[in-house]
Amino acid sequence: MIVQLAVEIPYWGQSLLRVLGGLVAVLLPAGTIVYVFLFKMMSFMQSRLGPMEAGPYGSMQLLAEVSKWLQKEDIIPENADAKIFKIAPVIVLASTFLLVVVVPFGPDAWMTNFQAGVFYALAIGSVSVIGILIAGYSSANKYSYLGGLRAAGQLIAYELPMVLAVVGVVIQAGSMNLQQIVVAQNTQEIFGLDWIGLPFVLTQPVGFLIFMIAVQAELTQAPFDMPIAESELVSGYMTEYSGFRFLIFFIGEFATAGVFAFIASILFLGGWGVPFSWFGWDTIDSVDNWMNVVGPLIMLSKMMLLVGIIMWVRFSYPRFREDQLQRFAWKVLIPVALANIAITAVLKVAV
Amino acid sequence: MPSKPKVPGLVKGLGVTMGIMFRTFKDGANTVQYPHVKETPPIRSRGVIALHEENCTACMLCSRSCPDWCIYIEAHKQLAPPRRAGGKPRQVNDLDRFDIDYALCMYCGICVEVCPFDALFWSPEYEYSEPRIADLLHDKTKLGEWMETVPEAPELEAGAQKK
Repeated sequence: MIVQLAVEIPYWGQSLLRVLGGLVAVLLPAGTIVYVFLFKMMSFMQSRLGPMEAGPYGSMQLLAEVSKWLQKEDIIPENADAKIFKIAPVIVLASTFLLVVVVPFGPDAWMTNFQAGVFYALAIGSVSVIGILIAGYSSANKYSYLGGLRAAGQLIAYELPMVLAVVGVVIQAGSMNLQQIVVAQNTQEIFGLDWIGLPFVLTQPVGFLIFMIAVQAELTQAPFDMPIAESELVSGYMTEYSGFRFLIFFIGEFATAGVFAFIASILFLGGWGVPFSWFGWDTIDSVDNWMNVVGPLIMLSKMMLLVGIIMWVRFSYPRFREDQLQRFAWKVLIPVALANIAITAVLKVAV
Repeated sequence: MPSKPKVPGLVKGLGVTMGIMFRTFKDGANTVQYPHVKETPPIRSRGVIALHEENCTACMLCSRSCPDWCIYIEAHKQLAPPRRAGGKPRQVNDLDRFDIDYALCMYCGICVEVCPFDALFWSPEYEYSEPRIADLLHDKTKLGEWMETVPEAPELEAGAQKK
């Protein structure tokens, strides 16, 4: 992104561009997801129209909501551990921003091209657990505390199948670099159909399924929303939060959904790329420059597709019971993911 | 052990939500956009209580039976002209104040039921929210105005006895 511009941009300029890029890559999907899916798709699935007053078809509703939250009083409970209470939502949102850093949006449109990108993404993705746990703990509220504990238990339980599901992809691509994984999917071919490339969802359908289920649980979206189960825990770890701190949690929730969908689309759907044979490219260096503009759009559409599925499931299913949730992760997902790794490894060596 | 989740049922559930989404796209929602479109409430809806002042004798039954004491009645005795020529002037209660505080009212309808003289009626009118809570105290003039919105009593069911 930077090197091909005619003017040499100083380091601080590059950093500024990266920060802006990160903000756009996190906040734009979050806003789109909230409007398209949370406001509109959910409403239509419930046979209502959703917000219609603010702007055409309610498209400015989000601005109205944000300004409402910003105006609200910032309440901190008397017995709360104020410092930790304040910092918790920031940690949750920060983990999202740190996550988007390794996501490549085009051949050169990346913020950092990290060799162990997958490893980093999965590690940073679980930092939000700390934020959630201390949010629940510092609120001085039993509901928050239970919510935080449930969230911690759930996120740790589902982190494991997620990591294991990704291992299959890593074995197949032979790299932990997200950029290399994209290239691998678009240069290899399946069944001699070179026009389709090799999106790993075709060879790793089980891994994809496990990854998406784990993402659903990581995002604490229904049916895995035990931590914020409103019929039992008011609002779980978010109970005591109001005003802009709640807003940060809210943005964090949907921004993380967007970023995880970005990562899922890179790992399983071919990321920003189109099959390189379409335009006669063979390596990443020969990819035309315009992919830096088209790539993010491709990523965005894939992200919307995946988030659409996540939200669709969320709006359709009732929530798991706490024990069912844990049992599902440990007794179903993890063994299946391990078997998936074993089979992938055997096939990789054998074929 | 919980029973195994049935995959066909899960898929069916996804189909239901998606189906309703497309139905809403095609045929519109089941809801209406309230301030622009208004649904007519059913004729017996408990919207607001109207007062027919001429029938009220200030007997206080409604006020006393109100569970949350939201009816305030003040009256004074005065003499009315006799019914028959040469009769004694009648003593009647003249209503000075009849207020219902809709900030307290819980719409149980006991006052309407208990009124022996048919002075209170349900009206389906429901749009009378106020920016100030004190304005929800409707005085007898305002309660009298609601009488215009009271619908005609529906026909009694066949075989029902009129009291």
